[in-house]
Amino acid sequence: MAGSVIAISLRLIFGGAVITALLTFSFGTAAVVALRGHGFGPLLPTDLSAIRFTLWQALVSAFLSVSVAIPVARALSRQSFFGRRALITLLGAPFILPVLVGVLGLLSVFGRSGWISELLLFFGLGRLSIYGASGVILAHVFFNLPLATRFILQGWSGVPAERFRLTDSLGANSWSRFLLIEWPMLRGVLPGAFVLIFLLCLTSFTVALAVGGGPKGTTIELAIYQAFRFEFNLGKAASLATIQFGLCGIVALLAFLVPLPKVGDIGLDRLAHQFGARKHRRLDIIWISGAAGFLILPLSAILFRGLGGILSLPGQVFSASITSLLIALISTGVCIFLALGLSLSIAYSRLNTQKIVEGISVLGLSTSPLVVGTGLFLMIFPFVNPASLAIPVTAFVNAMMAMPFALRVLIPAVRDIYNEYLHLRLSLNMGRGIWLMRIVFPRLRRPVGFSAGLVAALSMGDFGVIALFASPDLQTLPLILYRLMGSYQMDQAAAVSVVLVAQSLFLFWIFDRGGRGHTES
Amino acid sequence: MIAGDEDILNLKQTCFRQGKFALTANFEVSKGARIAIIGPSGGGKSTLLHGISGFLKPTTGQVLWEGEPMSDHPGERPLSILFQDHNLFPHLCVADNIAVGINPNMRLSEEQILLAKNALDQVGLSEKAADFPRDLSGGQRGRVGLARILLRKRPLILLDEPFSALGPALKDEMLELLSQILDLTEASALMVTHDTNDAIRFGDQAILVAEGLAHEPQEIQSLFSNPPPALKEYIGDRA
Amino acid sequence: MRSLSLFAGLFLTSAAVADTPVLTVYTYDSFISDWGPGPAVEAAFEAQCSCDLQMIGAGDGAELLSRVKLEGTRSEADIILGLDTNLMADAMKTDLFEPVSIVADYAVPNGWNNKFFTPFDWGYFAFVQNVGLETVSNFRELADSDLKIVIQDPRSSTPGLGLLMWVKAAYGADAKKIWNDLNDNIVTVTAGWSEAYGMFLEGEADMVLSYTTSPAYHIIAEQDNSKTFAAFDEGHYMQVEVAGKLRSTDQPILADQFLKFMVSDVFQDIIPTTNWMFPAVTPTGGLPDGFPKALSAKKSLIFSPSDAALLREDALLEWQAALSQ
Repeated sequence: MAGSVIAISLRLIFGGAVITALLTFSFGTAAVVALRGHGFGPLLPTDLSAIRFTLWQALVSAFLSVSVAIPVARALSRQSFFGRRALITLLGAPFILPVLVGVLGLLSVFGRSGWISELLLFFGLGRLSIYGASGVILAHVFFNLPLATRFILQGWSGVPAERFRLTDSLGANSWSRFLLIEWPMLRGVLPGAFVLIFLLCLTSFTVALAVGGGPKGTTIELAIYQAFRFEFNLGKAASLATIQFGLCGIVALLAFLVPLPKVGDIGLDRLAHQFGARKHRRLDIIWISGAAGFLILPLSAILFRGLGGILSLPGQVFSASITSLLIALISTGVCIFLALGLSLSIAYSRLNTQKIVEGISVLGLSTSPLVVGTGLFLMIFPFVNPASLAIPVTAFVNAMMAMPFALRVLIPAVRDIYNEYLHLRLSLNMGRGIWLMRIVFPRLRRPVGFSAGLVAALSMGDFGVIALFASPDLQTLPLILYRLMGSYQMDQAAAVSVVLVAQSLFLFWIFDRGGRGHTES
Repeated sequence: MIAGDEDILNLKQTCFRQGKFALTANFEVSKGARIAIIGPSGGGKSTLLHGISGFLKPTTGQVLWEGEPMSDHPGERPLSILFQDHNLFPHLCVADNIAVGINPNMRLSEEQILLAKNALDQVGLSEKAADFPRDLSGGQRGRVGLARILLRKRPLILLDEPFSALGPALKDEMLELLSQILDLTEASALMVTHDTNDAIRFGDQAILVAEGLAHEPQEIQSLFSNPPPALKEYIGDRA
Repeated sequence: MRSLSLFAGLFLTSAAVADTPVLTVYTYDSFISDWGPGPAVEAAFEAQCSCDLQMIGAGDGAELLSRVKLEGTRSEADIILGLDTNLMADAMKTDLFEPVSIVADYAVPNGWNNKFFTPFDWGYFAFVQNVGLETVSNFRELADSDLKIVIQDPRSSTPGLGLLMWVKAAYGADAKKIWNDLNDNIVTVTAGWSEAYGMFLEGEADMVLSYTTSPAYHIIAEQDNSKTFAAFDEGHYMQVEVAGKLRSTDQPILADQFLKFMVSDVFQDIIPTTNWMFPAVTPTGGLPDGFPKALSAKKSLIFSPSDAALLREDALLEWQAALSQ
């Protein structure tokens, strides 16, 4: 029913190829790393403590992010205030904020010579030091609290209005409302949010690099990086990589048991409800201001410090931004092409969409970019100087790492179109060309635009694989930022951050806007 | 079995399976018939339509048109379908939505363009040719679907509760329009409906589909005045 | 000379002119910074060699060695400048370096007779701090105090490795306890010297692991007398920085010329006030005023390259174990 034999085979081949690529990426590169390292290197006690630390900080970070998100989301779901819509949109920002920039902002506020330390010194108290576990967790909460808040807000919007009215008509008080509405909603949303954030924190690299503070704050990713770059100890890198993959795999399996939240711009604009809004307004405003302050202060610290210095940035920043842009565009192109192809190739199949999407997302999240980068490096090494392929490889790895996000958006979108209009197409005997060109692709414009924007922004700010391939003559914005932060030229670092963030946001906006077109549909 | 020249659609000892559900159907439809397909939900009405339209292949038996087995491909069967929803492509304007009815590539000859324009006029939407579905009301969208049916001039029309979302006045309007189109094209039509009034208004005959069995078409008035147990259970006490 | 992909080539400015031979030197980042020796060295050498000298920073000293191992025989580099005696044995084991013997009147304590590497400067490690801060005179006092210090990772940084060796040389088997006690004084461990020193200057720590000559920089270049170093009873570990020639070089003659240039008066004269270390060969102009004196032999601690190589792994394990708590 679904087309000629050729079409079916092409579809199978393409789909199969992409899935094979994804799998090779995850398993294959770990294998290569192991082979090159002549087997697995032994793990030292310090590596074991890195593993312990990685697990522990991920747990604490996820727990904190999710716990704090609960009252914040509750407050946001029922209070209306000036700037509410902007704040909710802003909650999506840390997701695409380059990690280095976020860390720089946090240091400006919470660091030993940051705003808060200055304040404490003024009152005769000691300075604040966030190097080590506290810094790592702080940074993780900074990046993931907005995510958790959004997920819970989505949960709130998902509760039908009638249920609120029903509860009210039964004369419920705050506690009953919690039992009847909030708790069941949270039960559905929290596990997925927790697992997702836990996975994200598990594979953290840049944060540990910047504020880990040494062996006591080393994550497995960071240890892989150090084994590779500092010691060129490939056996150890291989062992650590395998462990990382195993850990993530186990957690990922957990993810199958819970419903994972959707990534996307769901209409969170309207107030979900109004219950308890007036009574708890003061408390709610405190929660909201606290969260907003926590998120906005570091970002504005960078803006303040950096805006002035933009014009006096050296010329290499300009060429670095072009390089970053190039990498981002290549990643986006590759990623969307593959994701779209894969989505279309499974459009007809009877497999359960949900399961496919979850499986792929989770696979992507449990892949370590450093493992992949290392593996690729080693695969290329015998033939060509890897540094010369740094740009295409980085772009390709970024594309692969972003695939799960793109797929989470595109697979459901494609399925919906096929479910809704396939019968109509068949009844009209519409050929494949027209179907795709005039019906499917225009309908996909919006999700493609959104996911392209995501991928581009993520790729711009990436500092993982590029760190592995960083050769002295390779310049991307995150690399320059890292070097500036390293040589403590904080004002210049702030300026480069502003450029980086502006470029990332611009890329996101232009793709997303392009997807929406001039009309909403 | 020799098909009389009155019978054009023939479901010959067919059985359709959808998952665990099975529907048996064995009846003929004569030319120009207007048949309402009624029955409780889950009984198999949509399955029947899917079977006739070609989205579902029979596990046993054959679906014949004028004595010959029908093509496996829905698009090659001599029919037009109006679904419950998603009848119009949201990104195509009204004119294109109708045009896909005669040529899915939307490239029409001069003559065809004229015919399309005519169809649009006949349903009273001439000024809406350049509009998009989202700019139209529910009733107007229904009319676009009907215009496409008119344009295609197929001898068999299948409708799956296409007007269920409309209010009573609009529904009557649509049914009236449908009736005119059927008069014009001399097509046979089968319409699934859950509203017994619509069934009576539209159809000369009715097929009761319940518990996996599609009964033979019966003259509608007699069916309702003397309902079999399954039908009685469905319509209750309403006359 | 730089082989980049097509894309990168479009976007990076390369000064390489087709005809002039190019000599590529890998060194540590602070060497090629604007206020380091790099610019002056490049200008001086290019004046006499009619070539293009490309100095490329690859992290801190120890990371240099990793990079060499990584690139192997395919490396574009001709000279590696910035390893030190702690790394020499490891470097020789890679079999990537060419023996080269440059004769000069070396002013390095204990002299110099290594077949592969040529020294260009040396110094003593010390903790640098602001004047007026409470002073400590040995490691135990430091560990007991509340002073906050920032140090470097011994796997990537030569000062980092130097500190490791220092504690080992001074305390032997007790080194582990010292590190355990030092753990709460350490603010963070950076990958390289520049980051750590920058942090110190920003006030993020009270003391930083650097050199006895670092305060001289502030005095001489900035007329700033606010920095000093803590003189330790145990003595100070010495660092002798060296350069080596890669076997795979495509410019062997030029490389030799550079190494000779490196121990010549021109180069050595640049070192004190740019790299802020003692020159390996005393320049005719002598040392600038404000430079600290050399320490007595008893207070100058150093392991031979082979000993350092032997001790390194265990010392590293101790360090990691202590700091992981």
